[in-house]
Amino acid sequence: MNVAVAKTGNGRAVSDLFASAEGRLPGSPAVIAARREAFEAYERLGLPHRRIEEWKYTDLRALVGEVLPLAASPDAAALKRAADAVKAHAIDGARKLVLVDGVFAADLSDVKALAAEAGFKTLRETLEKDASLLKTASTDAVIALNAAMATDGVILSIADGAQPSAPIQIIHIATAASASAFTRSQVAIGKGVRATIVESFVATGAEAYQVNDAVIVSIGDDADVAHIRLMDDAPDAVNVTSHFVTVGANVKLNFFNMTTGAAVSRLQGFITFSGEGSELSANGVNLLQKTEHGDTTLVVDHAVPNCVSREVFRAVIDDRAHSVFQGRIIVRPDAQKTDGKMMTRALLLSDEAEADNKPELEIFADDVSCGHGATAGALDDSLLFYLKARGLPEKQAQALLIQAFVGEAIEQIADDGLREHVIGIAERWLERRS
Amino acid sequence: MALLEVKDLKVRVEEREILHGLTLTVNEGEVHAIMGPNGSGKSTLSHVIAGKPGYEVTDGQILFKGEDLLEMDPDERAAKGVFLAFQYPVEIPGVATMTFLRTALNAQRKARGESEYSTPDFLKKVREVSKSLNIPQDMLKRGVNVGFSGGEKKRNEVLQMALFEPSLCILDEMDSGLDIDALRIAADGVNALRSPGRAMVVITHYQRLLNYIVPDFVHVMSRGRVVKSGAKDLALELEASGYTQFEDA
Repeated sequence: MNVAVAKTGNGRAVSDLFASAEGRLPGSPAVIAARREAFEAYERLGLPHRRIEEWKYTDLRALVGEVLPLAASPDAAALKRAADAVKAHAIDGARKLVLVDGVFAADLSDVKALAAEAGFKTLRETLEKDASLLKTASTDAVIALNAAMATDGVILSIADGAQPSAPIQIIHIATAASASAFTRSQVAIGKGVRATIVESFVATGAEAYQVNDAVIVSIGDDADVAHIRLMDDAPDAVNVTSHFVTVGANVKLNFFNMTTGAAVSRLQGFITFSGEGSELSANGVNLLQKTEHGDTTLVVDHAVPNCVSREVFRAVIDDRAHSVFQGRIIVRPDAQKTDGKMMTRALLLSDEAEADNKPELEIFADDVSCGHGATAGALDDSLLFYLKARGLPEKQAQALLIQAFVGEAIEQIADDGLREHVIGIAERWLERRS
Repeated sequence: MALLEVKDLKVRVEEREILHGLTLTVNEGEVHAIMGPNGSGKSTLSHVIAGKPGYEVTDGQILFKGEDLLEMDPDERAAKGVFLAFQYPVEIPGVATMTFLRTALNAQRKARGESEYSTPDFLKKVREVSKSLNIPQDMLKRGVNVGFSGGEKKRNEVLQMALFEPSLCILDEMDSGLDIDALRIAADGVNALRSPGRAMVVITHYQRLLNYIVPDFVHVMSRGRVVKSGAKDLALELEASGYTQFEDA
């Protein structure tokens, strides 16, 4: 039934894109064959649109239209601009792994310092031998497109019992205008590991570009992991990111996502509990203005008993921006004693701001505790007046209340330095607003 | 010198006129009490002076140090030295009291073209004032007024008054919801702030508060006007005779 749709102009544009890019895409002959297969799957589906339930609120066909051509490999000038961006966005003390326009930049990365604490390869190297990384269980079109087009990514492995002394920060930098970057990374975390992984998306300019990223994460038993994603892409950019996370037994996973950029963005996370006794705390903040569209979609699959998931999301929406939160909690028949809850709150700063919230509970076990809640509203006038009567100008009073509103999600970040870094990003967003 | 001059002020809320031509002059160093029955317009007057939205001034004017107060936003009024101690101070979850105090103080100083307080100076000042008001330090780490008792909320208002050093303090029903001990602590804090350069307008329904904060002048409001003014003894007369004599005025 999607055949007719795939014959649209958009479909052909992608076709041209793949044909022109194919010669530059890394990989063995088997990999190239897998890419073609993925591309054909994508072509059958076309860009997701509102008639596909999972994409109901984020119609990429309407919002994005066409996929831009593959970005060229960064030249010396691009790498120099990227180096400045790294300085501006690096977290103090973090081991950096930098991807510029979808290509790993060794000179900007801390590969040597990292080597003592984690195994590292690029996706490009891996694909010379192994096509398995391009395969995921998903039938989602943007993920198929990512498999077809991925140029590079980081392949990290942290051995059992390791405790890296510093956060590992993967920084995606866009320098090219009117181009797309496709990246795919893998983070394999061993048993008993304590680690912090940060992903940052930034740009060196304000041009339109597109990012399609996929990250495959596996977490071994008894690990304690903080995974923080900070998407601060340029105002005209598009960012579609897919996470596939498998959680072992007795794991503590603290995930946090912040969206402060991009004209159109979607983070879709698929998190599966594969071992008992684990706890997921998944939190996020969307700060949106102008006509930005930010979508956070999380599917938490309680495939085994005795796991806890907590989701706390906050959206601050100004002007004509649109925030989407879709949260699905699946409790499989055997997953007794599951405890899954999600809470989302939207703060609407303008009459034309829009928040859509779609919670879904699919519960097939009978001894569980699951729930969801959602609110949406404006800033409280009585609080605003109190602050103004104490000398705060309107914008500053609003900023203080907005910071308090998102604080409940941000304070879930345990590390002081990281939390301050995130608060700094929120403060810069508030300054841009005024 | 006249600090506050309210001249023939007429104020509407939605379609209803609440103040029907109110006149009041407060000079530097003076403490004025405004008394009156519920619905006489006392709180409306305090809100209009502070700049709360929702009130329409249809006639008259308010001058503060000779400047037109009604032309200023609430934050400008605060920076100029107007302070309203709220009858019901709001709770602001997620904004630590200390952060709020520093942000507000520095916003006022910035608006006046003064330099911001350094952190040690600020902390020293807050510690001094909070100690005299019996405000524990851990209260200052909590969200503004979150989980505070009625007395703590009012003490927090007095703390701000002491920190911001306004030239005009309006205390709106400061005694409401306070027991006698809490009232005494708050009143002592207010009395410590009396000075030749600072005026106070104490709005209250009951004479009780005026035993603790002794006014220089007492005004009786009824139906949106000041119907009688006098010295502090007027409050005692009212305590004896009640407000009914003014209801038909």
